[in-house]
Amino acid sequence: MSTDVVPPPALRGPQPAAVVLSVNGRQWELRLEPRVSLLDALREHLGLTGSKKGCDQGTCGACTVWVNGRRVLACLTLAITCESREVTTIEGLSADGSLHPMQSAFVDRDAFQCGYCTPGQIMSAVALLEEGHAGDDAEIAEWMSGNICRCAAYPNIRAAIRDVRDGDRGAAGGER
Amino acid sequence: MRPLSYARAADAGAAIALVAGHPEGAFLAGGTTEVDLTRQDVLRPGLLVDINHLSLDGVEDLPGGGLRIGALARMSDVARMPSVVDRFPMISQALVLGASAQLRNMASMGGNLCQRVRCGYFRDVTSPCNKRDPGSGCGALDGFHRGHAILGVSDKCIATHPSDLAVSLVALDAVVHTRGPGGERAIGIDDFFLLPGDTPDREHPLDHGELITAIEVPAVPVARRSVYLKFRDRQSYEFALASVAAAIRIQDGTVTGVRLALGGVGTKPWRARRAEAALFGQPADEGSFAEAAQEELAQATPQRQNAFKVELAQRAIVRALNTLTNGDGR
Repeated sequence: MSTDVVPPPALRGPQPAAVVLSVNGRQWELRLEPRVSLLDALREHLGLTGSKKGCDQGTCGACTVWVNGRRVLACLTLAITCESREVTTIEGLSADGSLHPMQSAFVDRDAFQCGYCTPGQIMSAVALLEEGHAGDDAEIAEWMSGNICRCAAYPNIRAAIRDVRDGDRGAAGGER
Repeated sequence: MRPLSYARAADAGAAIALVAGHPEGAFLAGGTTEVDLTRQDVLRPGLLVDINHLSLDGVEDLPGGGLRIGALARMSDVARMPSVVDRFPMISQALVLGASAQLRNMASMGGNLCQRVRCGYFRDVTSPCNKRDPGSGCGALDGFHRGHAILGVSDKCIATHPSDLAVSLVALDAVVHTRGPGGERAIGIDDFFLLPGDTPDREHPLDHGELITAIEVPAVPVARRSVYLKFRDRQSYEFALASVAAAIRIQDGTVTGVRLALGGVGTKPWRARRAEAALFGQPADEGSFAEAAQEELAQATPQRQNAFKVELAQRAIVRALNTLTNGDGR
């Protein structure tokens, strides 16, 4: 839910119309058709190709981003509906070029093979910890079930999440 | 996806007027079904009216112990509300067992009731489907129908209603509140879902431009001790092959109150009234549970590939009632 007061804009589309998006703390003014998904806006219009297009039908979770801090699927979100909301992608997870602890944990735990699902896994994993659903491996598996990994790196993904949950993400890295 | 127009209305009245005034207008809430099916060309809205910023997301306690849940409240938020978890565990469990965490963050309660079936022939515009294209036939009847319905079917459609939430709401006699061009009305949840019959394209009694504003769950004391069990091919993130919403009250070993509804087996969320009637006044033991389950499923019309659901649903009912009577009701 947006908490901002939205001025009532006129009917827009089907032709491209001005759409203002806030992504990773930066404002962008785009011209988008209303049918453009948030995922396509990010990838094709803003060049933010971290969010991946796996299924494009809400099944795989590779496009997981945050809207107003909540993990959602960018492929089933129309970009125009995100006006006055804050969008966060994997590119905005950490500032100044350093890795977020979850990114480091994925590296240390080798929590991927091909890497295609990884940005979505990480955006989901960070949200998972904030939601408080990482009590044990069964709970992690249940609450990460919206992110499919066809390389089946699940045990290592869970290990990475456990590491960050337990705060033992040091420079030395976790045990392999 | 076909081109479409978009508007954000200032309030519910304006949203209703916009949709009502456009023959291809539709409300847009969470969009998890709508955007998907529009991209598949199954839905063809010419105008999407975004209602997500309307103030319809509150959840209020009603005098006596009921709840009024705003239509735009999100599944994830409702699932963890103490009032829902404590008074209606079957609702909370049904919500958490549905979809994925991301989808539950997006999907609204009202939209959940309006979600469309998962039948592969409905989703594929090159297949015949009486629901999508009335009169074109049913691809599932002679095709792949392992996941399809065994209750409430017709010779026009056997698609399973996919909602978990709705199963719990049907068990609790919830009421759907709407507002449309003709004013406001309240629809009993069982009447909100239509059997396919000869018109499977008509799933709800809603008029064009009629908006769900709230779901009212009446006080149901027996629901404090309730459960939602879901059986599926995968452990998580999958639709039900069979599911049960159950609540039971037992006094001196006798069943004095019971609510039962089935998911995954009906063309609509299925209130198991025959089983409820069969249980009332009977000893609360596995023999009674099994007899009642059999009574309910006696009316089933299975197809070649989904005949297993008859026994699965019966076992699910027994399991749910055993779960409630053998210790903790959660």
